[in-house]
Amino acid sequence: MTKNDLIIETILMAGKIMIENGADMARVDDTLTRIARNAGIDNPKIFETTTGILMSIPKQAAAQVEPIQKRTIDLEKVSLVNQNSRAFQDGQISLNEFRNNLVKLNISTPFFSFWLQLIAAVIVSVTLMIMYGGSWRDIIATAFAGGLGYSCYYLINNRLKIRFVSEFLASFLIGVIAVLFVRLQLGSRIGMITIGGVMPLVPGVPITNAVRDVFAGHFLSGMARAMEALLSACAIGMGIAFVFRFL
Amino acid sequence: MMIIQIICSYLATIGFGIIVNIPHRALNSCGWVGVLGWVTYLVIKMANGGTMLANAVAALAIGLSSIFMARRLKMPMILFNIPSLVPLVPGGQAYKAVRNFAVGNDLAAISNLVQVAMIAGAIAMGFFVSELAARTYFRITVKH
Repeated sequence: MTKNDLIIETILMAGKIMIENGADMARVDDTLTRIARNAGIDNPKIFETTTGILMSIPKQAAAQVEPIQKRTIDLEKVSLVNQNSRAFQDGQISLNEFRNNLVKLNISTPFFSFWLQLIAAVIVSVTLMIMYGGSWRDIIATAFAGGLGYSCYYLINNRLKIRFVSEFLASFLIGVIAVLFVRLQLGSRIGMITIGGVMPLVPGVPITNAVRDVFAGHFLSGMARAMEALLSACAIGMGIAFVFRFL
Repeated sequence: MMIIQIICSYLATIGFGIIVNIPHRALNSCGWVGVLGWVTYLVIKMANGGTMLANAVAALAIGLSSIFMARRLKMPMILFNIPSLVPLVPGGQAYKAVRNFAVGNDLAAISNLVQVAMIAGAIAMGFFVSELAARTYFRITVKH
């Protein structure tokens, strides 16, 4: 493999990992250009969107394309790519080591375990319900709604890999639980329990990135992300609306 | 009352941070950025500043402090502002909109939706101003 091939491969891999795991485009653009400059290419041509990266080196015949099909959220990987890029800039690791590190971190970065995430989801639901002015009586109902809703979302996302359906079913379940608890006199306000339970499903990463991308001039990616956030929000709303319509 | 709000916003921010898997090293600072944002929101709301202004200034505070944290810990900025933003999400208004649509009360639902859109716009505006301020500041202080 020639040096230029290695540079292009490393850069495309770094870009793919960052975009797949929820980095904003300005950050991706900055990191990739920086890697190319540090590898000795003065004027790299890189074009990236949320669904693919194109890169070429001036005065070379070949350009390379890297399609990006799946999109998940794992900000630790984004941060690790960033750290490696800094180490490469400071000359602590060579380009080859950089590439090997990327392969390694893409496979073996630890995620918080499912149980810890479940506890986190319960905490998010309960604390936000209190912050929005809910009563202390609804804590148990909110904890159940948030926990079961998030488990449903997680299982459908990981096992069946269908987006939007997972949000829809999870919010439907949350609505049912809220209605059930209030009917059984174990909770007081359906609204507060539902809002709290839905909070862990909020598409925070697409919302934030959509805003940042649009302001940074990456309109294609920004609009794609805004669409993603809007569809997630609509799926959640549909789930809740179903509960109101039929229960 | 304020202490409960602070504890809750700290825990909520860290909880959302765990859901999107931010590195362990960033969790604590991320929690404090979230507290700062929520306290800013509450203070302006209590001083009758209105929901839009409260959201915009809270987003501005979150944006500036996450830029500061990102520089200090040498990590990407989105690690700090995504979880901190979550308490500001207009969940209540969105819920009312959905509810009104479901029971057929379309006019009230549309007015709720407009509120949701305006709050989202206010938050975006806050982030925009913080980015602008940070860029101007670094352009002045850092010589390329």
